[in-house]
Amino acid sequence: MTAVFRPAPIGKPRRTRANSSRQERTLPLRQQLILQVACLFIALTVLFPIIWVVSMSIDPRNISRPDALTLIPPGASLQAYEKVVTRPTSNDISFLGLLANSLKIAVGSSVVSVGLGVLAAYAFSRLRFRGREAMMIGILGVLMLPSVATIIPLFIFLNQFRVDFAGLSFNLRASLLGVTMTIVASQLPFAIWNLKGYLDTVPRDLEEAAAVDGASQFQIFRKVVLPLSIPAIAVTAFLGFLGGWSEYLTTYMFIGQNIPDWTLSIALNSLVGQYARTTSWSEFAAFAILFALPVSAVFFVFQRYLVGGLAVGGVKG
Amino acid sequence: MAPYLYLLPAFLVMAFITFYPLAFQVWMSFTDFAQVNFNVRLHVAPHFVGLENYIDIAESKLAIPNFEFPRLVLFNLWWALSNVIVHVVLGVGVAVVLNAKGLWFKGIYRALYILPVVIPQIIVATVWRNMFDTDSGAVNFVIQGIGGIFGLPADTPAFHLDWLHQVNDPISFIPLPLAYFAMLTANTWLGWPLNSVVATGALQSIPGELYEAAEMDGASPWQKFRNVTVPFLRPAMLPYAIYGFVITFNLFFLPYFMTGGSPFGRTEILVTQAYRLAYEQNLYGVAAAFCVYLFFLLLAVTLVTNRLAQATKSYAD
Repeated sequence: MTAVFRPAPIGKPRRTRANSSRQERTLPLRQQLILQVACLFIALTVLFPIIWVVSMSIDPRNISRPDALTLIPPGASLQAYEKVVTRPTSNDISFLGLLANSLKIAVGSSVVSVGLGVLAAYAFSRLRFRGREAMMIGILGVLMLPSVATIIPLFIFLNQFRVDFAGLSFNLRASLLGVTMTIVASQLPFAIWNLKGYLDTVPRDLEEAAAVDGASQFQIFRKVVLPLSIPAIAVTAFLGFLGGWSEYLTTYMFIGQNIPDWTLSIALNSLVGQYARTTSWSEFAAFAILFALPVSAVFFVFQRYLVGGLAVGGVKG
Repeated sequence: MAPYLYLLPAFLVMAFITFYPLAFQVWMSFTDFAQVNFNVRLHVAPHFVGLENYIDIAESKLAIPNFEFPRLVLFNLWWALSNVIVHVVLGVGVAVVLNAKGLWFKGIYRALYILPVVIPQIIVATVWRNMFDTDSGAVNFVIQGIGGIFGLPADTPAFHLDWLHQVNDPISFIPLPLAYFAMLTANTWLGWPLNSVVATGALQSIPGELYEAAEMDGASPWQKFRNVTVPFLRPAMLPYAIYGFVITFNLFFLPYFMTGGSPFGRTEILVTQAYRLAYEQNLYGVAAAFCVYLFFLLLAVTLVTNRLAQATKSYAD
């Protein structure tokens, strides 16, 4: 499969000598202006939905639907934010409750898949053993499958188990734990593949030196390889976090009936569409911004390191 | 022995939550698995039905409205192909513009253009759903604004398009509903920036001497693009286009949240249909057979595109 590669990070041009000598030449003014107009137009199309949502979210008129395009509505306020933080949906769950559930799924699935993934990635990248190729193809095959393809059998499989633990008794399928396991199933192959790709680019000199000094293989892994792969672990963990944070289809299928377990993405979808005739769009907009802002801000700041991972399949639909 | 110890945790987990469910799914696809077979206490075994599910799907004989398998497959293929073409063309176009030497505010534009990528997809889909709303959506407001410049009143019927549900095709000789074009617009907004990042990386690796030599030979800007830029872009863009094809082919979010398949299931794709078969229709056996079809279609797509990539190999390989 040739579809796995890393694009050059944005905003950090790889400059050749010849390129930089051309850099000094300037664009004729007329051409410069034409290109500026084109670039501004593109920027406008990119920003348009974002500006629209932001301006709706601060609309104070408490109208259920906007009736015109306004950049800053008269008397802008943060009322809608207040409303969605206290009672985001018509159901009895607060924003903090939704946030906590989303965080549990996101952190849980990301930690488990990176933890298991880094061990497997090390073996695939550094060790030679029988069946290596076949196992890697197996993982790649699973990586290509959409998560819908495993969700139905997992639903039935997990539905068979009742968990009785520390006084709690619940059906594994209808729980955040079951959802987290299902998300791990779709994230683990990506974690293995992404971490292996990174380890392949790390030179082996340090490991060889450690081996000469008499370190055991596991010591080399723990004291040399693991510290070296911290950047890749961070990137993979964040992409996994992002996947869990905005996961919808498994979560809704498994725990949609169970309102105390609702996550941010289920609540967001309950604010749009035919069942949300009474929800004002200001609230929808405010909720969408509160939902997106934390992850988008992190993503934006570290995009140089993250877009490469995205190109390998970080976010699976 | 040691290599397998590193792999054991990951494969143990995957055996339970990936490989076993996949095998179970294949078995399920030959049965009439339904709601009654769920309950572990009842112990009702599903009946073996042979290839019935597969035949029913292929002959579009499912007891659900508007299901036509060949149309679904064709639409899904066209949906992926048309998106990838638009994304690649726009992505390369913008990358070429931003690569112009001496262009002002380059860094700002690059930072702005990456914004769609950093927003969680569920938010992108729900926001675009509201953007295309008939009476309150921003898209119709923009059309009304443009119409207003030409003195047309805002209540002209053509300015209140029912983007996501209109039954009649907008272009009579092209059998695609208006909702398809709305989805294409939204996915283009989301999809071209990453293509642009990949193209930028490739553009910056082209030695400037080549352009200088072409200029000395009196090449026109188009000839330079055709004979210098394109051959260098192809090795980077082609794998990414193939990858984009697979991702768009399985893109659950847009059809599910934007159109919900309307009008009459014509914007449904395979993954959303599979989800509906299981979650809304409770036809688990059929849904399993559907996923097996999906798997073989994906396999075929991968094999064909990989052949294509081999056949058009270029310089860098």
